[in-house]
Amino acid sequence: MKALFALLALMLSAPVFAQSALPPAPYADRQIADPALERKAKALMETIRCLTCQSQSIADSNASMAADMRSQIREWIMAGEEPEHIRTWLIQRYGDWVSYEPTADPVLWPLWGAPLLLIGLGLLLLRGRIKGRNRS
Amino acid sequence: MRKLLIWLPLALFLAFFGLFASGLLKPDDRIITSKLVGQRLPSFSLPAAASDRPALASAQLVTGKPRLLNIFASWCVPCAAEAPQLMALKQAGVEIDAIAIRDARADVDQFLNRYGNPYSRIGLDARSSVQIALGSSGVPESFIIDGKGRIAYQHVGDIRADDVAMILQRMEEAR
Repeated sequence: MKALFALLALMLSAPVFAQSALPPAPYADRQIADPALERKAKALMETIRCLTCQSQSIADSNASMAADMRSQIREWIMAGEEPEHIRTWLIQRYGDWVSYEPTADPVLWPLWGAPLLLIGLGLLLLRGRIKGRNRS
Repeated sequence: MRKLLIWLPLALFLAFFGLFASGLLKPDDRIITSKLVGQRLPSFSLPAAASDRPALASAQLVTGKPRLLNIFASWCVPCAAEAPQLMALKQAGVEIDAIAIRDARADVDQFLNRYGNPYSRIGLDARSSVQIALGSSGVPESFIIDGKGRIAYQHVGDIRADDVAMILQRMEEAR
């Protein structure tokens, strides 16, 4: 019985987030008035990884740090900063880890090469088949 | 050749299975360290976060002697757990400054009243901008800034009792 009560209590309890009570930064959840700039900012935010919830982009995350990053990115974009420049700035601080955009780094060459390799392999197999059929 | 080829899918399956299994079983490392360790401290200037401590600018961290820069927040539970260790470091002669993240003065005052105040200066980073510029990924974190303004070491997470000796050693090395 006690265990059941404990379980019920657990189900009713609200999760506690250790986050600040401050209101969010001005542009955390407010779009830039200029839609072209907002598109630019949004595209960048979707490829920047949240440091608190590490499998979400800062565009998806509710963490206060992600909100601060969104606001900062929007403010930089409004100030005329290029998205790729902001990405480089962040990578300088957090490493490649912070960006979801794959780079041309040698580590990633197999990733880029694999599709070509597989298509080549497929064509080779196809050629073998067609040749075999023609013969019979 | 053909006989061997028959085993290829199975071999591939086992290779992938092994890859995923090792990925799943490997302990999860979620610590993101700053890539600025070993480089110059970025320059910043922050307003005062507490009523009885002055504001903090990056120039004030470069004094010819190593200093500890603690990133904390009054709303952060591990920061409270870390307070006794910071006190111990202060008593051992370490100069500690702090940046309070997304905080309010009344909350910082209350936090310091409750858990002690080992800080010389406390800057208020209301929107995490200096935290991001430092490559810090959460609270608490501590940076050792050497006498020339270079980031010598970053400690991610709270300083535990058994980290104190190591921090003192690192402070000595940064001299």
